[in-house]
Amino acid sequence: MWLTQPLYERSTRIFLGVLLLAMSLVTLLHLVVPADHPLHVSAYTVNLLGKYLSYALLAVAVDLVWGYLGILSLGHGAFFALGGYAMGMYLMRQIGDRGVYGHPELPDFMVFLNWDALPWYWLGFDSFWFAALMVLLVPGLLAFAFGYLAFRSRVTGVYLSIMTQALTFALMLAFFRNEMGFGGNNGLTDFRDMLGFDLRTDTTRLVLFLVTGLALAIGYLICRAIVTSKLGRVCVACRDAEARTRFLGYRVERVQLSVFVVSAMLAGVAGALYVPQVGIINPGEFSPLFSIEIVIWVALGGRATLYGAVIGALLVNYAKTWFTGVMPDAWLFALGAMFVLVTVLLPRGIAGLMHNLNERRRRVKDKPQDDQQELPV
Amino acid sequence: MNFFKQLVDRERVFDFMVPQQSPVDVRHGPILYLEDVSVSFDGFRAINKLNLTIDDGELRCIIGPNGAGKTTMMDIITGKTRPDEGSVWFGSRHNLLQMNEPDIASLGIGRKFQKPTVFEALTVFQNLELARATNKSILPTLTERMTGEIQDRIDEVLLLIGLKNLHRQPAGILSHGQKQWLEIGMLLMQKPRLLLVDEPVAGMTEQEMERTAELLTGLAGQQSVVVVEHDMGFVRSIARKVTVLHQGSVLAEGSMDQVSSDPRVIEVYLGEEA
Repeated sequence: MWLTQPLYERSTRIFLGVLLLAMSLVTLLHLVVPADHPLHVSAYTVNLLGKYLSYALLAVAVDLVWGYLGILSLGHGAFFALGGYAMGMYLMRQIGDRGVYGHPELPDFMVFLNWDALPWYWLGFDSFWFAALMVLLVPGLLAFAFGYLAFRSRVTGVYLSIMTQALTFALMLAFFRNEMGFGGNNGLTDFRDMLGFDLRTDTTRLVLFLVTGLALAIGYLICRAIVTSKLGRVCVACRDAEARTRFLGYRVERVQLSVFVVSAMLAGVAGALYVPQVGIINPGEFSPLFSIEIVIWVALGGRATLYGAVIGALLVNYAKTWFTGVMPDAWLFALGAMFVLVTVLLPRGIAGLMHNLNERRRRVKDKPQDDQQELPV
Repeated sequence: MNFFKQLVDRERVFDFMVPQQSPVDVRHGPILYLEDVSVSFDGFRAINKLNLTIDDGELRCIIGPNGAGKTTMMDIITGKTRPDEGSVWFGSRHNLLQMNEPDIASLGIGRKFQKPTVFEALTVFQNLELARATNKSILPTLTERMTGEIQDRIDEVLLLIGLKNLHRQPAGILSHGQKQWLEIGMLLMQKPRLLLVDEPVAGMTEQEMERTAELLTGLAGQQSVVVVEHDMGFVRSIARKVTVLHQGSVLAEGSMDQVSSDPRVIEVYLGEEA
């Protein structure tokens, strides 16, 4: 089957192996090592790592469209946030009558706004499976509608980037409004349980961390399967010479649209896994700044490798946590400095550096190069 | 009333339901037929009442000074530019003016650009793989597996264009001439009925030119080939029939000898000196 095809690849096996190892190591250090031991991983850290992993999945989704298809989306945060809101709505409904106002059906903010019934678009969200479906469908449909119009009109390059930016900005403004029925400024928060498990227990957090890791592995595998297939090569062809691809008989706009939709759905899943772990979703996630930050993760890690996006997301977010703890004011400068340094010194990102070192080692060994070459960016 | 009768008629197939991809009909001879085609850009008439007929299996050279409308003509045939008026038919069944680029390409019109355009990040082999004539919609492309048959076909073309030992290299490292070759190879993989080749020998050495000429003449017969070229020596070496374009319409047509002795052609090419 085409989905298992990347498992025959060395890089995919290494990636999945490292991910699996890291996940089991964290689990082990969290559960087995006693709390006062220096190697103990606290529940807080597990939770933080789970958040990073959901960011990593988001970065993979962005790398799929940016690295391979050449579509620089500055609005992927929108798909992430929509997935997050879909999950948040489910978690809101799960609160039931335990809210501050104790209303059996309405979330607190609706009671506060003097609403007396659920808006129609909140119906069904009491079921987990319906919400899970919406996590995929809502970002997917938005990406489909947006992409259909944009790609059919052959909008590409910087114009498309600006439009994606406008999309996420418009959504942010809309979600800020109380009348939208998504909690306005405050968003959705105060979640209690998910599928009957209390979200505040350490075990649930550990499980969420593991599920996120699994989702990252599957998402990575899907993206890798796409980029190693012939469709992946068509994507690169669209990226580098769109007109030529069209004259070969490929419908460039359909290739762009389908990959864009897949990417948006992955971003939605990432958002849905993010929300129960951080316990809140608000319109801030739609902010254009966040979407730009995602692009920076991918650029730092290295475009068009997928694993580079994961490395970038983990590193930058770890640095962010560290910096905002030690000297919060310096974080944006540090981010800017990292971005400039990497662009100047490592144009292909950290993954490019690893690739070069690998090449050099291989050359020293003086072995003939048999592996299929990585695509240059 | 008539319209409603059509609607209830069980036997009737609606126009939009008729499959577009019916085989090209060349029973009447010509494979490409342009009639009274005109197009202007900002008031400049790039193509002016152009009439052109290409027979099935023919090798035709089109020459003309700069700005004669050669490339615009190719843009019109491949669907990149829409003419203001006129009609363009592929065989006697397909109206090219109603189709878009991918449709026209899958119908069997292949095009080589003036500037060699290959996918530089992909290997030579992969470039040919993408060009291969097959179902090019999304799912079949996603699930297609490399088979021995495809491999053989690509190897065959690799041999033909002389890039066999470079097939694992990214196309970006090829020389200018090799890129031209690769692009012709990609056209061959498409198995087109009609090949439009824009300046195939620009920037080639004498030797490379000879091989290109051999290749193109070898193609004629199975495929119709239209070559746009500046290089007179090259045109003389391959052409049986030459069309001279000037200011967007046909100035002269015939064998190379006929054309080159035509006083109007001499005037256009040599200006006041003639």
